[in-house]
Amino acid sequence: MNLLQFLSGRLAKGVLTLLAIAVLNFFLIRAAPGDPAQVLAGEAGAADAVLLEQLRERFGLNEPLLTQLWIYLKGYMTLDLGFSYRQQQPVLALVLDRLPATLLLTGAAFLISLVLGTAMGALAARRAGKWSDSLITALALIFYATPLFWVALMSQIVFALKLGIVPNVGYETIGANYTGLARALDIGRHLVLPALTLGLFFTALYARMMRASMLEVAGADFVKTARAKGVSPPRVWRRHVARNAILPVVTLAGLQAGQLVGGAVLTETVFAWPGIGRLMFDALVQRDYSVLLGVFFVSSAMVVGFNILTDLIYRIADPRIEAGA
Amino acid sequence: MNFLKRFCRNRGAVLGLVILLAVVVFALLAPTLFPQSPWRPVGRPFLAPFTIERFPLGTDTLGRNLAAGLVHGARVSLMIGVVSTLVALLIGVPLGAIAGYAGGFVDDALMRFTEFFQTIPSFALAIVLVAILQPQLGSIVLAIGVVSWPPIARLVRGEVLSLRTREYVQAAVTIGQSTPRIIFSQVLPNTIAPIIVMGSLMIGSAILLESSLSFLGLGDPNLMSWGYMVGAGRTRLLDAWWISFFPGLAIFLTVLALNLAGEGLNDALNPRLARGRE
Repeated sequence: MNLLQFLSGRLAKGVLTLLAIAVLNFFLIRAAPGDPAQVLAGEAGAADAVLLEQLRERFGLNEPLLTQLWIYLKGYMTLDLGFSYRQQQPVLALVLDRLPATLLLTGAAFLISLVLGTAMGALAARRAGKWSDSLITALALIFYATPLFWVALMSQIVFALKLGIVPNVGYETIGANYTGLARALDIGRHLVLPALTLGLFFTALYARMMRASMLEVAGADFVKTARAKGVSPPRVWRRHVARNAILPVVTLAGLQAGQLVGGAVLTETVFAWPGIGRLMFDALVQRDYSVLLGVFFVSSAMVVGFNILTDLIYRIADPRIEAGA
Repeated sequence: MNFLKRFCRNRGAVLGLVILLAVVVFALLAPTLFPQSPWRPVGRPFLAPFTIERFPLGTDTLGRNLAAGLVHGARVSLMIGVVSTLVALLIGVPLGAIAGYAGGFVDDALMRFTEFFQTIPSFALAIVLVAILQPQLGSIVLAIGVVSWPPIARLVRGEVLSLRTREYVQAAVTIGQSTPRIIFSQVLPNTIAPIIVMGSLMIGSAILLESSLSFLGLGDPNLMSWGYMVGAGRTRLLDAWWISFFPGLAIFLTVLALNLAGEGLNDALNPRLARGRE
């Protein structure tokens, strides 16, 4: 199977997944207590009879269910994710406006956790049974059990409020009007704490997986062969063990992308980071269901896109993989 | 070596079990220790911890006793953790068993379905479900169950797939046992050990999920929960850190204990797979 076939196959599967999520959204609106028109209007429009009638007309709410579903899906297919009557803006515009901040945050957290996690896991495996292994394993256990929102709050107290090393909340210094490099540095300073706290859980996860994977590969025949041939131990660990052990970790990390987006809701809420997670929280407080479902759809699309990307990188990086299976 | 000995050889697991037992005891004694509702303001707000004997952990923004909230919250966390894991098992075990035993088209379809649920960002789905169905005990349990079952289904499917070809299962087919009977009396009993291990680890994740939801304001408004308490202290972080600190610590310790005990259970139930410990 060539790359183009593979890519189109994966894209088709991704589109099907997103279609299924749109159907799920459709039924979720109807699962809410009350009239779907009121749900679509959010609390803002609940009292306005004219608006409700318009919504019924637009979404065909007086038509049979299948017609309603068709109208709803047609909207999604033309990238119309509904309208937020509370914010007087299309949902898609609201989400796209916030998307870059979330991509920056989740991307940074992903890189931090992957680099730190695999390095810690590799080190622990290399020194299996020694105190440094015990320390890393214990740390991974601890981070794995810590509630994300709590770490975020506690690090906010210590590093931002008490020590004042990094800014407390926000995306950049308001009113500073930095441009170019100064602005990038300013955003970077604001990014440190949210990205680290979001990455902590995943660092623990990847460290545990990397350690297990390394120990498994270390027992493989080709590693024994390399040792028998007289390859130096550090080289065996680096070139033979680590390089093979990291593959399953990266695959699993790609599959974990969805959880990273979920964690972003908590991190962005605590740090007032202006991304789609914060948007979701605000929509939650205001019971603005159109925005809630829109963010849910876009974050799912993010995960689908990310999975395709990792598969693709993987297939190019490792020719042995028949990703079609 | 018997089960208990193997479990006790893992010191972390014993520590986990001790912490867990302490949490369970506190949860059970909650109505005796603090008969009043944990929602009731009982003292001056913002009392610091370890200063007044009546309020060992201090009071929150409204003068509610933090220790009472913590103990009552333990009931909620443990209950939601256990029940939602049971819901996940109730969905995941039958799906996995059917997929693994039937094979072919049924297996394909069910696994696509499972994959779909694994692709969706689970926390985002849980938020949407609870928000739409309104935050109540039932909807929270349902939401956590609905986002947690896929790993169970995959695990059971894999186990069933390998058990299906065993001779004793073929013997059961030969003597004419019905398929449901074979699944329930021959195959599933042999998958119980890994299901118990995964289930015990899932209770920890379920508690984390529940506390995250109630932190965002999606908890049952009638039940005091740890996540809600952490969220309630958010506005006064600098001068009243303890309001958010103690409930978070309780979540951390409980989840850590569950994970430690779960790993110990794994070692004890699968002695051949136990990782090398000195």
